[in-house]
Amino acid sequence: MVKSGTIILNTAARFLMPLQLLFSVFLLLRGHDEPGGGFIAGLVAAGAFTLYLFAFGVSATKEVLRMVDPRDLIGVGLLLGMISVVPAWFMGQPFLTAQWWTIPVIDFKASTPLIFDIGVYFAVLGSVTGMVMTLMEVDKDEP
Amino acid sequence: MIQFAVLMGFVLAALSPMLNRWFGQRTSLVLALFPTGLAAWLALQAPEVIENGSLLLEWQWVPSLGISLTFLLDGLSLLFGLLITVMGACVLVYAGGYLKDHPDLARFHIALVAFMVSMLGLVLADGLFTLFIFWELTSITSYLLIGFNHADINARKSARQGLFVTVAGGLALMAGLVLLGIASGSWSLAEILGQEADLREHALYTPMLICLLLGAFTKSAQFPFHFWLPNAMAAPTPVSAYLHSATMVKAGIYLLARLHPELGGTAMWVGILSVVGATTMLVGAFLAIHHTNIKKLLAYSTIMALGTLTMLLGIGTEYAMTAFVTFLLAHSLYKGALFMVAGILDHETGTKDVTQMGGLRSLMPITATIALVAALSFAGVPPLLGFIGKELMLESVLGADNFRMLLVLFAFLASILTIAVAFIVALRPFYGKRHHTPLEPHEAPFSMLIGPALLALGSLLLGLIPAVLGADALLTATATVISGQTIEVALSLWYGINVALIMSIISLGLGFLLFKRWDSVRGKLSVLAPVMRHGPEAGYESIMNGIVRFSEWQTRLLQNGYMRNYILVMLITLIALIGNSILLRHSPQFAFDLDVRFHEVVVVGSMVMGALFATISRSRLGAVVSVGIMGFSIALIFILFSAPDLAITQLLVETLTVILLVLVLFRLPRFSNLSTSLERIRDGVVAAMVGILICLLIMTAWSIQQFEPISTYMIENSAPLAYGRNIVNVILVDYRALDTLGEMFVLALAAIGVIAMLKLRHGENSDSKTADSSKVAAKEPYDG
Repeated sequence: MVKSGTIILNTAARFLMPLQLLFSVFLLLRGHDEPGGGFIAGLVAAGAFTLYLFAFGVSATKEVLRMVDPRDLIGVGLLLGMISVVPAWFMGQPFLTAQWWTIPVIDFKASTPLIFDIGVYFAVLGSVTGMVMTLMEVDKDEP
Repeated sequence: MIQFAVLMGFVLAALSPMLNRWFGQRTSLVLALFPTGLAAWLALQAPEVIENGSLLLEWQWVPSLGISLTFLLDGLSLLFGLLITVMGACVLVYAGGYLKDHPDLARFHIALVAFMVSMLGLVLADGLFTLFIFWELTSITSYLLIGFNHADINARKSARQGLFVTVAGGLALMAGLVLLGIASGSWSLAEILGQEADLREHALYTPMLICLLLGAFTKSAQFPFHFWLPNAMAAPTPVSAYLHSATMVKAGIYLLARLHPELGGTAMWVGILSVVGATTMLVGAFLAIHHTNIKKLLAYSTIMALGTLTMLLGIGTEYAMTAFVTFLLAHSLYKGALFMVAGILDHETGTKDVTQMGGLRSLMPITATIALVAALSFAGVPPLLGFIGKELMLESVLGADNFRMLLVLFAFLASILTIAVAFIVALRPFYGKRHHTPLEPHEAPFSMLIGPALLALGSLLLGLIPAVLGADALLTATATVISGQTIEVALSLWYGINVALIMSIISLGLGFLLFKRWDSVRGKLSVLAPVMRHGPEAGYESIMNGIVRFSEWQTRLLQNGYMRNYILVMLITLIALIGNSILLRHSPQFAFDLDVRFHEVVVVGSMVMGALFATISRSRLGAVVSVGIMGFSIALIFILFSAPDLAITQLLVETLTVILLVLVLFRLPRFSNLSTSLERIRDGVVAAMVGILICLLIMTAWSIQQFEPISTYMIENSAPLAYGRNIVNVILVDYRALDTLGEMFVLALAAIGVIAMLKLRHGENSDSKTADSSKVAAKEPYDG
């Protein structure tokens, strides 16, 4: 039986979670040039939710996630991964060839590898969070 | 684009439940328009095909990969295509009456139309792989159709038997087609048939021929694989009429005929085909008269016909080719009609046993007439097409170059038995004394009569005036394709008084005699029953039971549910494989120097300590923590050797692993020693060996550089081509994105599996009733 956390853990989790999530997005976006990337970022984000789960329990975490079920995130991740395949197909290039576009005003380089990486991020996040959450949920229900 | 039209059939099959909602009882008629249209198209192509010999219809599908769907339309595929579409239309209309008000009529339509399309694809395909795919599709759709009455255990068993036999043959066929492709250097039938090189001289000829023959013989129910066909009669009668007499079982024959000009004529071909075909012919005819079930009678006589066709291909003379095409056409027409008549009798009287029927002529005059015409063609009585087919068959047997006496004897005996069967099927139910039947018989509805009536009419007209209807021209084209040389077919009812005609007349007399004495003959034959039980079917059963027993044994051995055993088996396999290749196949050679710093020794030391503590710890939490120490030490090593990405990943994975383990720990029973000390020593030895071997593997891999490392290319091109400086990430999302995509799916599947297992176990407790019923369903014993 996992007990809800102490006051130190609760307070730390409350402030750390948004920071961790922000950090995960940072890791995700810088991944192509600096250490980071979708897989690592996804694990960091999953870590954030796990911490929150340990501190406040399943139902509180579900409230934070609102409508989003971690299992849906797995699907979103896989879908993004598949979507990133499509542009190369339209360009008549081999499967999975990277496509790069520069968005003019903010000078941001968008690309299919980025979409792919975001897909990895969601797939990892959804898988890990889903597993941890289900484990805790089942724990809670058993006497 | 005919390819498109044919493939649209699959769409039509998928849509048929919707059509069912719109058209109700008339769906069968609507669906019958599809084969009718295709038949009309094929008929329109006939003049051109007959003139030019063949027509190649190419449809580029994936041009960049050279994949196209090409149809080869020549005399052979045209004849088969016409048979499939015309019979298909008749059977669809017939099925509408036969399965009227059946709740699963839509499911029947799906499978039947899908089968029709597959069969059409099979005979039209030019590519070897296309042919194979359609071949397997016919097996699968046939499985669905035999098992249509899925609530009946016999139907399921027969469906499975048919599937196993034909698909096992399909495997052999695939090997044969691949060998054929390698030997000829082409994957297109038109090219293979057109090329100069003689495949008969090729080194691969023998294995290729054996594989192809296995495929063809299983599909076409040749002895000793014939047993699945009578069992397939568990299917609804329209299916038997269509698949198991006129079309699918002739797929093997089609293949043999198709390849005859390239592969035929060798001693091996002639020997195998003549003897197997003649044996099948006699065995089929002999087994037929044992049965009183009208569908079994017809099924065994179909085996006899299939054997005849194989035998004629084996004989291979010009006469045999003419006989082959004529017999093929005649058999499809009369056997289709007779099966439909059998279905009518079953439908109207409620029994399939011919001894239970009698005197139905006055109640069902039209059915009786159709049955009589079809059966006379079956028996080979002039002026029907069956008579011509039989004359030609006997004539070619008499003219055979090899095994002549054997073939003549077998053909003569088989034709006596066949004639008896024909009379049993056509005369027994309609003449003689009226019997009481489960249902009160009356004439069948129009939809069930039109199909067999057309086929019977075809038997009659093609026999009387073959030249007028263009049959001569079509059969000439077909025979020419099969033999590879021009053969002129001129069908005629009168070839003069010759040995074949005399044999025919004698066999008619003896056959009629046998029919009269059938009841007493059957009684005498029942003495043979104990011998019959040891036929090929018993062999099939014992093979299947053996497979089940073997898989039960190896499942108990390998998948006993104990994690420790799984790991042990995996590790021992690893030792065996790696040990074999490292120690025996490569002599290990190491070239490296021991140049380590102090801090590296500390990190490695803490890893070793962690590992040791994990093995001796008596508390789970302690073990988890010490395994965690190992993981974090590995992360440290990554950092020391400047791989930040790996280090971060390792750290995060390690953290999450510890979290997951902690969560799982609460669910485990108290720590206890389950293994004896002997087992622990064994485990220790295995673990040590794995460790040493992996260490050796790494050292060997480090010392041997067989190829230029790919990392140089990746480092050089990472920034200019992939616009990224983090090579690890570029590898993940660009160079090796396909791998990553696959891994994403693996991860997702693993997560879904974990979630489902946890939730399912949880659900079982609260709702034990559904869980029990699902267990019962899973435990249903193998009844094969």
